[in-house]
Formats: sequence, structure tokens, C-alpha cells
Amino acid sequence: MSAESHEVHHDGEHEGMTKKKIWQIALVLSIITGIEFIIALVIVPGHPDYLRIANPVYILLTLLKAFFIVAYFMHLKFEKVGLALAIIVPILFIIGLILVLTNESHHWITLRG
Amino acid sequence: MSTAVSQIDEVKTTPWSGGRSPFNVEYGKIMMWFFLLSDAFTFSSLLISYGALRFSASVWPAADKVFQSVPGMIDHGAPLVFVGIMTFILILSSVTMVLAVEAGHRNAKKEVFWWMIGTIVGGFLFLGCQALEWSHLHHEGFWWGSTPTHEALKEFFNVSSLATDASRHLTAQEFANLFFTITGFHGFHVFTGVIINIIITVNVLKGTYENRGSYLMVEKVGLYWHFVDLVWVFVFTFFYLV
Repeated sequence: MSAESHEVHHDGEHEGMTKKKIWQIALVLSIITGIEFIIALVIVPGHPDYLRIANPVYILLTLLKAFFIVAYFMHLKFEKVGLALAIIVPILFIIGLILVLTNESHHWITLRG
Repeated sequence: MSTAVSQIDEVKTTPWSGGRSPFNVEYGKIMMWFFLLSDAFTFSSLLISYGALRFSASVWPAADKVFQSVPGMIDHGAPLVFVGIMTFILILSSVTMVLAVEAGHRNAKKEVFWWMIGTIVGGFLFLGCQALEWSHLHHEGFWWGSTPTHEALKEFFNVSSLATDASRHLTAQEFANLFFTITGFHGFHVFTGVIINIIITVNVLKGTYENRGSYLMVEKVGLYWHFVDLVWVFVFTFFYLV
């Protein structure tokens, strides 16, 4: 390994991901997906009013999966805090678009009649 | 003459004083991150538009009624089974990708190669499943700009007092357009991901990265591949669950 690449690539940087850890995260992702299926196929059918609770739960579980993929598989948890902020802070702008369009869609209901 | 260096002349070695990446990440990798950020905005815009149209609709096709077949095996009564298979395929191919990256850190060429092959196989399986899913919906009459007949549409909706032939037709069309556009855009990402993975795998086999002393390129395509998996997690939730 050349001297420069060593400088860019710290040895300690990758301490977070071992084979064991990778399979653990895979298991976690599978379990979360399994829970989503159980809610969709076992708990909700026959109880349409449960959807009010089920939908936010789906979204929370999805965000949890997203966290595990980005933090561990994409390794962002082990990068410098500055890089993590440079990626995550702009993503927060999406919340703005969600708020604006959700508000707008309430107006569309009356337009659609 | 004093040999002491004044404070101003001292060479600074803090991360932000120049000469090296303050993020401790190689150039190509940080550019991949920023590309993925922009791609995340594109997918978010598509998914949020979908959400807004769906919020404003009085009725919407029920996912467990639209997606209840396993193409080629079960025609009816197996809601979400097929998409479940697709989801696990994509999660598993993401796992083989991290395993390839992990093997790259140990400079284990053979392991990187076989894990990459596993990732490519997963990618092709996912694309195959998606092609089946698309052709199944197409045979039922859904496509950009077309829906099944008024009579046939009834079976895709939950019973509701608000549902009329016209409202079902309108939202079924919105559903079809959004479904094919968003899963199509995602499928295109999977397709390019597979092509890039193949190129990288050929390079691994040729020993390009072994000679370079670093498998950093595998990490970069790995980021792209995980992003594709990440987008699917959201598409899966918003099209098949919610």
C-alpha cells in the first residue's frame, strides 16, 4: 500500500464492520421487514380503522431500516462527523417539501370535488 | 538569531487547514456521496408527489388487492408475497455487497470476486422479478395512460361509499402512472447498478485493484448499490404497505 493511500485511508476507520456485524445488521433489517409483513398481513386485515396506527408505524420502521442501511452498510456512522452532517443536513430540506405538498393536497381535495 | 518559529509561521496541521481532505475521504467517494444526495432529492420529489396525489384522492387502489399474485405460480390470494421475495433479494444483495467491501479491506481478491458475483446475481433476480410484476400488471390492463375497465377495476378497491366508476378510474390511472414511473426509475437504477458492478467485477478479476493496492472502487459502487436498496425500502413502504 502506498504512503498516500494510507494517509487518506486510516486503519481505524473500518473497525466498525466485521463479518459478524454485517450479518447482525442483515438480521435486524430482515426482522424489521418481517414485522412490517406481520402488521400488513395479520394485524390490519379485517380492521380498516387500524390503518391510522399502522401507517405511522410503517413509516417509523422504514426510517429505522434507512438508518441501519446508511449508518452501517454505507458506513456513514464511521466517517467524520463533518461528512455525515454534509449529507444529512440537506436531506432535512425534504421535510419542507413534504409539509408544503401535504398542505397543498388538502386544498386539492376541494378542487377535485 | 533566534531559531524559534513565531506562532504565525507554524505549519498548521488541523483537519481544515488544507493539504488533505478534512472529511478523510477520497475525492471519488465524496463525489459519489453528493451524487447520491442529489438522487435522493429526485426520488423524494417523485414519492412526495405520489403522496400528495394520494392524500387528495377520495379512494385509492388497495395494495393487497392489486398485488396479490406470484406471477407464474399463484393468481390470487397471496398479497405481498412476491414483493416480499423481491425485498429480501435486494436486502441480501446489499449484504453480499458489504461483504465484498469487507473482503476488499483485507485485499482478498477471490472473496471480493465471489461476493460481487453474488451481488450481480441478486441484481438480475430483482430485475427479473420486477419484469414479471410489470407484465402481470400490464396484462391486467394497467399501464401509463390506461387502466382496466370500470367493471374490472372494482376488485382492486376496498368497498367505500365514496367510490364511483369515475373516481375509481381517475385514481387507478394516477396509481398506474406513478407506479410505473417510480418503480421504473428505481429499476433503471438497479439496472445501471448491475452494469457498474459487472465492470468492477471484471476489474477485480483482472487484478486492477490488487495492483493499485486498494479496493476503494468496490466501496464506491457499494455506496451506489446500497442507495438503490435504500430507495427500494421507501418504495416498498409507500406502494405496498401504506
